[in-house]
Amino acid sequence: MHEIRIHGRGGQGAVIASKILAKALVEEGKFVTAIPAFGFERRGAPVAAFMRFDEAPIRRINNIYTPNTVISIDPSVIRAVDIFEGMQPGGTWVHTTRDSAEQLDVPEHIDTLGLCDAVGIAMEVFGRPITNTIMLGAFAKTTGAVSLDALKRGLASANFRDAGLKQNLLAVERGYAETRVHHLAQPDREAC
Amino acid sequence: MTAIETAIDPRYQSRSLVCDGNEAAAWGVALARPDVIAVYPITPQSSLVEYVSQFVAEGIIDAELMNVEGEHSVLSALQGAALAGARTYTATCGPGLAFMFEPYIRTPGLRLPLVANLVTRDTLTPQCVWGGHQDAMLVKEAGWIQMYCETVQEVLDTTVMAYRIGEHPQVMLPVNVNSDGNYLSYGVTGIEVPPPVLVDAFLGERNINWHAALDPERPMAVDPLTGGAGGPGPGLFVGYRQGQCDAMQKALDIIEETHRDWGDRIGRHYAPLVEEYRLEDADYALVTIGSMTGAAKDAVDAARDRGEAVGLIKVKTFRPFPVKAMARALSKVRAIGVVDRSVAFGWNAGPLYQETLAALHSTERFLPAASFIGGLAGADITVDDFSGVIQDTARLLQGHRFDGPRWINRND
Repeated sequence: MHEIRIHGRGGQGAVIASKILAKALVEEGKFVTAIPAFGFERRGAPVAAFMRFDEAPIRRINNIYTPNTVISIDPSVIRAVDIFEGMQPGGTWVHTTRDSAEQLDVPEHIDTLGLCDAVGIAMEVFGRPITNTIMLGAFAKTTGAVSLDALKRGLASANFRDAGLKQNLLAVERGYAETRVHHLAQPDREAC
Repeated sequence: MTAIETAIDPRYQSRSLVCDGNEAAAWGVALARPDVIAVYPITPQSSLVEYVSQFVAEGIIDAELMNVEGEHSVLSALQGAALAGARTYTATCGPGLAFMFEPYIRTPGLRLPLVANLVTRDTLTPQCVWGGHQDAMLVKEAGWIQMYCETVQEVLDTTVMAYRIGEHPQVMLPVNVNSDGNYLSYGVTGIEVPPPVLVDAFLGERNINWHAALDPERPMAVDPLTGGAGGPGPGLFVGYRQGQCDAMQKALDIIEETHRDWGDRIGRHYAPLVEEYRLEDADYALVTIGSMTGAAKDAVDAARDRGEAVGLIKVKTFRPFPVKAMARALSKVRAIGVVDRSVAFGWNAGPLYQETLAALHSTERFLPAASFIGGLAGADITVDDFSGVIQDTARLLQGHRFDGPRWINRND
């Protein structure tokens, strides 16, 4: 069973992103459950969404405490909450940032790092910093757990209230294309 | 095909969806084809009636939607609609259910088979909008049938089944389909929406108001004043009450029969009253209710791997309480740990614990038992929490007794 925790801020669409990713993973034949962290949905407040996927049916409906993968769709949420809390060894971190891998303080138990300037892309695509679908593209590129095509089909079945489907399809494509993936070899942890 | 076409086209086959429990409930409503829906949104039920409203707007549901000024009016309007022969629907929770209370307690005596999803929520106060069973437990003696779902798929399936159960001529009672606020209401997973043609056949010909009917051509009095201790005497009132209790008992059979037929036609089988999980060779068992059960089963499996002879008893139907099914399950073990998502204030225990002990009486046997209370105000009862419950329950076998309930999540 693979456990993902998505961290963001209220208004960025972390929960919608988890729904779209759930649809895409089901498209790939996986069993998926996702729940949002229950808190007040204030714009700007740190929020989280939880997701499990597996080859077999999943019975537990719980929050996630020991994620294999952490996706941070906001560049500054790392300063607001400990997004790595409980993280499994050999984990994956998909992060929105302009920084390089060397500039980041990457915890030791992260083996795979996916970096994407999702805010920059979002400003070009949407004109505002809505990073959720871009970071789904970044997740797909970093992990290979879901294909870009499945993500696009997941997007097509989501109801977007304001930003259109076309923009989001572009967003997920650019997130996929513009993510730098680093395999942090232990112990020297050199970026490749 | 669009959702609208697939939903109303009787030729379409079962369809996979990825959605949350509130949307799943709305699909159940769509498949049951109600005539009149009245709503007043309140968290965590809000998105359920938003989905239902959207379905009505899109033509997926062909019903009259009444967006009224509060929950008291919701149920009052639906009583009138049902008396006029309509199949009805609403959903509520928490303070909405509290505001609905007066027409809520009137509905079972009127013998109106309304169906209402309760997206269960803890009650005030302190302020809380999160999940818990306290709202549903507060109204457990009102005379509604109440079934608790474990999964998102079960929410859809049970919402449809509720109509057949409530409308059965031997039952004629309102039904609550309870789903855990947050965990099921907003929990997203893959589900199957069964083909409408199969559901239409399952529900059969609709016959809502054979017993009473609002008809201008044939005026009749509904809900007349009955006699008290003087005058005509209370016999009529007692007769109505007895009829309700009899119907509740008959409902146990109808709930079983309905689940069996749903399984045969649709291919998904659920334990209708009480589920026994790994109980055959168990020394002791957990008793659970609702969506907590998945994590509890995972904890039971892990304990089994460690050599612990533990099983699980899950209650689906809470009203009427399935005394015989529970007694049968209890007869297989020597100790029980009952996990509640609400409290029975007068007993310093959980209500499921109370009910389980009451059912135990019919076995003429004593079992050591402990009450565990968790998941209040949306708190998460984790697999680790259940492992702790299993350890504590095992201690009962060694003669240990707990003074009062064990409070899970106290330090979360």
